[in-house]
Amino acid sequence: MTDSARLLKQHSFVELGARQRARALLDEGSFRELIDPFARITSPWLAKQGVVPQADDGVVVAKGSIGGQPVVICAIEGAFQGGSMGEVGGAKMAGALELAADDNRNGIPTAAVLLLETGGVRLQEANLGLAAIAEIHAAIVDLRRYQPVIGVVAGSVGCFGGMSIAAGLCSYLVVTREARLGLNGPQVIEQEAGIEEYDSRDRPFIWSLTGGEQRFASGLADAYVADDIKAIQQQVEDLLHKGKPEQERSGQYALFLQRLAELDTSTQIDPAAVRSLYQGEQP
Amino acid sequence: METLSFEFPAGQPPVGRALVGCVGSGDLEVLLEPGLPGKLTIQVLTSVNGSSARWQHLFERMFDGQTPPALSIDIHDFGATPGVVRLRLEQGFEEIGHD
Repeated sequence: MTDSARLLKQHSFVELGARQRARALLDEGSFRELIDPFARITSPWLAKQGVVPQADDGVVVAKGSIGGQPVVICAIEGAFQGGSMGEVGGAKMAGALELAADDNRNGIPTAAVLLLETGGVRLQEANLGLAAIAEIHAAIVDLRRYQPVIGVVAGSVGCFGGMSIAAGLCSYLVVTREARLGLNGPQVIEQEAGIEEYDSRDRPFIWSLTGGEQRFASGLADAYVADDIKAIQQQVEDLLHKGKPEQERSGQYALFLQRLAELDTSTQIDPAAVRSLYQGEQP
Repeated sequence: METLSFEFPAGQPPVGRALVGCVGSGDLEVLLEPGLPGKLTIQVLTSVNGSSARWQHLFERMFDGQTPPALSIDIHDFGATPGVVRLRLEQGFEEIGHD
C-alpha cells in the first residue's frame, strides 16, 4: 500500500477533540455526558485573572459502555489551557471515579477510562488544582481494587506533572508514538539541568527519552498503538476484558527503586541505557 | 478580556441546542440554545479588548438578508479571526438545524 493510501485509511485519534475522543471509544449510542457544557459549571478563577474560561472547564465526563461493559470515561481537552487541571475539571474527574467505585460497591462493575492530555496542575488555580489531582489519585487507587482503570496518552500534549502520577497509578496505560509521559515537561527540565544537557527544542531528543515508544519499551506503558481510532478502541476493549492486572505497576515501586539505584550517574544517560535499566537483567 | 452583548431580530426558536469549537489558541467555543421568539441574543467573552465594532460588523454581515432562528448564543473567544468565527457560527447553525 502506498503511503497516501495508508494515510487515507487511517482515522487519527490525536486530531479529535476531547468530546469526540470520548464518543469514539464508547459503544455507539451509549455516550451520556455528565455535567455537560450547558450546565455551565465552569472555573470561577480564570475570568478573575483575565483568562477566558471554557464551559466544561476542559474536562469531558461521560458514562457509557465499551464492549457492553459499563464505564465512565474522562477526557481532557488538551487545546484548552494546555489541558491544565483546575478545581472544577479536577473535581469532575475525581467525582466520576468515586461514583464508579460506588457503583462497584453496589454490584455494578463500572470501569474507568482516562484520556490524559495535560501539562498537570493549572497554575492559575494553584492549590485547588493540586488538591483535585490528589483526589484523582486517591479515587484511582480506590476504583482499581474493583475494576481496571485504563489511561490513554495519545498526544499531542502528553501527560505531565501531577497527572503523570495519575497515569502511573492506572491499571493499564496505552500510548501512541505521539505521546509523551514525564513528571516534568521539557522546558522545566531544561531550566533546571541546563540547555547543554537537555534542549527542549530538540524534538527527536525529547521523544527519544519521554515519548510513547520509549516509555513502552521501558515497561512504563502496557500497550503501544498506532494513532488510529479503531486500534485504540480495540486496545482499550481488550484491556477491559482482561480485567485487573495481577499486580499493579505502582505496587512494584520497590523493584523500580532498586533499578534506579543501579544507575551510573557519572556518564550521560541515553535512551537505550534507560530501557535496559528499567527492564533489568535480561535472561 | 471583555464581555460584549448583541441583539438581533429573529424568527422562531429551534428545538435543540449545540456546542461547537473549543477555547484553544485562535479558536472559540460557541454554545447555541433556544431563545425567546423573535430575538437572537449573543454574549461574547473575548480575550481581545476593543473588538466590539468588529463583532458587530461580523454579525450584521452574517444575518444580512435573512432571519436567523431565535437563539441565545454564548461565545468564549480565544483570539479567533473573523473567518474562524463565521465558520464556527455556521457550523453551529447547521448542527442546530439537524436536531
